[in-house]
Amino acid sequence: MSETIKKFLYLNRKAPYGTIYAWESLEVVLIGAAFDQDVSLAFVEDGVYQLTKDQDTTGIGMKNFSPTYAALGDYEVKKIFIEKESLDERGLTLDDLQHLVWEDEDDDWAEKDSIKLVSREEMTALMEDADVVFSF
Amino acid sequence: MSTLHTVNKSPFEKTSLDVCLSHAGAGASVLLLEDGVYGATKGTAVETRVKQALDSVKLFVLGPDLKARGLSEDRVIEGISVVDYAGFVDLAAENDKVQAWL
Repeated sequence: MSETIKKFLYLNRKAPYGTIYAWESLEVVLIGAAFDQDVSLAFVEDGVYQLTKDQDTTGIGMKNFSPTYAALGDYEVKKIFIEKESLDERGLTLDDLQHLVWEDEDDDWAEKDSIKLVSREEMTALMEDADVVFSF
Repeated sequence: MSTLHTVNKSPFEKTSLDVCLSHAGAGASVLLLEDGVYGATKGTAVETRVKQALDSVKLFVLGPDLKARGLSEDRVIEGISVVDYAGFVDLAAENDKVQAWL
């Protein structure tokens, strides 16, 4: 059976914990990873807050799902785009975010960066290029 | 009448923080919690607005919500006090009423 590979873009615009969107997005990404599509994740606006380091939810009685992002590489999700303008507006830099990697089996399992910092203009192009956009 | 205002929405997603600060009377207390805590951090596009509010109102931010979001207390704008849940209760008790900005 021939299958068409589509470009899936998961668009994340919400901060974690305040609403359920971030967690739901991550669940859908992990489920969708079983379907061998061309997957990209985009983090814009408050979505960039999902990837901050050192999240510790013991004080608010909610599950800390941030360690799960580190597993994305194992699910062949290795294209993660962060919008620079969104970081700037929030006083953040890439150093404030988790360092996400994937292992390249064609290169002796070398760890490679999953995160790419892009401009708003480049983000527009990514959205235009996608076949399907999942909005969270 | 003293009032405790609470803001639980991100200042980048909703106008709640700006509208709260525009309506809070002099000497009022404003507590930022849940996604509202992002408004208490340094270097953001709303930092100037928040610092300006410190001239007329007392600002507080809920520590456990900062921690959950990976934001350390040294990211908090000077002049904003970090409180825990017990501090939240004290603020609610000290003031005559609580006004929530959702």
